[in-house]
Amino acid sequence: MTAPRDVSFTVNGEARSVRVEPRKTLADAIREDCGLTGTHLGCEHGVCGACTILLDGAPVRSCLMFAAQAEGAELRTVEGLADGETLHPLQQAFIDCHALQCGFCTPGFLMLAAGVLEREPDIDEEGLREALASNLCRCTGYLNILDAVKAAAAAMKAGPG
Amino acid sequence: MKPAPFTHHLPGTVDEAASLLAAHAGEDARILAGGQSLVPTMAFRLARPAHLIDVNRVSDLGTVAVGEDAIGIGALARHGDFHRPVEDGPLGALLSAVVRHIGHYPIRMRGTFCGSLAHADPASEWCLVAATLDARLTARSAGGEREIAAGSFFEWAMVTALAEDELLLRADLPRLAADARWGFCEFARRAGDFALAMALAVYRVEEGAIVEPRVGVGGVEACPRRIPEGEAVLAGRAPGPALFREAGAAVADAVDAVSDVHASALYRGELAGVMVERALADAAR
Repeated sequence: MTAPRDVSFTVNGEARSVRVEPRKTLADAIREDCGLTGTHLGCEHGVCGACTILLDGAPVRSCLMFAAQAEGAELRTVEGLADGETLHPLQQAFIDCHALQCGFCTPGFLMLAAGVLEREPDIDEEGLREALASNLCRCTGYLNILDAVKAAAAAMKAGPG
Repeated sequence: MKPAPFTHHLPGTVDEAASLLAAHAGEDARILAGGQSLVPTMAFRLARPAHLIDVNRVSDLGTVAVGEDAIGIGALARHGDFHRPVEDGPLGALLSAVVRHIGHYPIRMRGTFCGSLAHADPASEWCLVAATLDARLTARSAGGEREIAAGSFFEWAMVTALAEDELLLRADLPRLAADARWGFCEFARRAGDFALAMALAVYRVEEGAIVEPRVGVGGVEACPRRIPEGEAVLAGRAPGPALFREAGAAVADAVDAVSDVHASALYRGELAGVMVERALADAAR
């Protein structure tokens, strides 16, 4: 129905129920209904990748899904990356490697990289370059982003501490 | 950039999906699978379907099933399912090489193989694979199933043989002989962008000569297809750079390339020949 529908999912482990029109994208529901504005919206048609989140562990464009499709899903957004005051290795590496300038694309790159590294911890540099080509950074910081993700991959394999 | 309102249907079975499609076919109903092409089109309001029949919760739509003679690719097989080879033979390796050219990583987590075929973009890698390998496609409506050969499935850019009350249930790709060689090459201006031209080549070598050559070209004409003129050059002759160049030239002559803002027909036709030559060389590696 075009009438609003109740949808339940978890975001960063927290149960959420939202009432959405079918045409509302998952990205808009995350921002407007869940109040989590860390997920950014650039192009709203799947090109820029700023809205990348993890859907049941897979990095996806949240502007290319409808919220009504997320019933029962486990969503993760940039707000869920850090463990309390401790930054995720990717966040720390982005700081250390100066992998962001204006920061608009950063949440999307972080979630893209988190999803790719969790799924493929042994991905090689060529694979990483191909994966990072998914998202756009208009400050042209791609090489620093690549460096940061490589550093984070090493840190994540070494384990916490 | 917000889609127009629509009614969202969530069928649980193929029967329900087919019934919904039959009920709403006259009102611009669309199947929603991965949505990676449909949703952007809706965001631009180039498409304003009144009904979306979302098949993601359909329990009896399959993913990938490796059979003795063919790989059955169900309507919920996503591009990412092919990142790792789905079988140990040449076909598994071919699919896992080609999939890396489809969109981007997150797109491949959602987009589906059958959805690409039903969408029928001229530059779709999976459409080229289906046409070149003579996939058998199974359409499903409320009235039952019918099989469509890939060679007659693609009718024009974004136009297929599917009737408006049919959904694409499954694609069966014949498995390749263990000694089959394959090569793929595409040219796009940016990583993940639509190809201006691409080619897939498959053949076997018996006693030094090429047998069973298949040469397919995509992104060049309105639909991907095998190019018999290119295959004829190869059959029965010894593989090598000069032969590959000759086959590429034959393909460039044979295609009726489209012209658009990205490339003229002349350029695209010549590019098709080069892609064929490189795909053949890739197969000989």
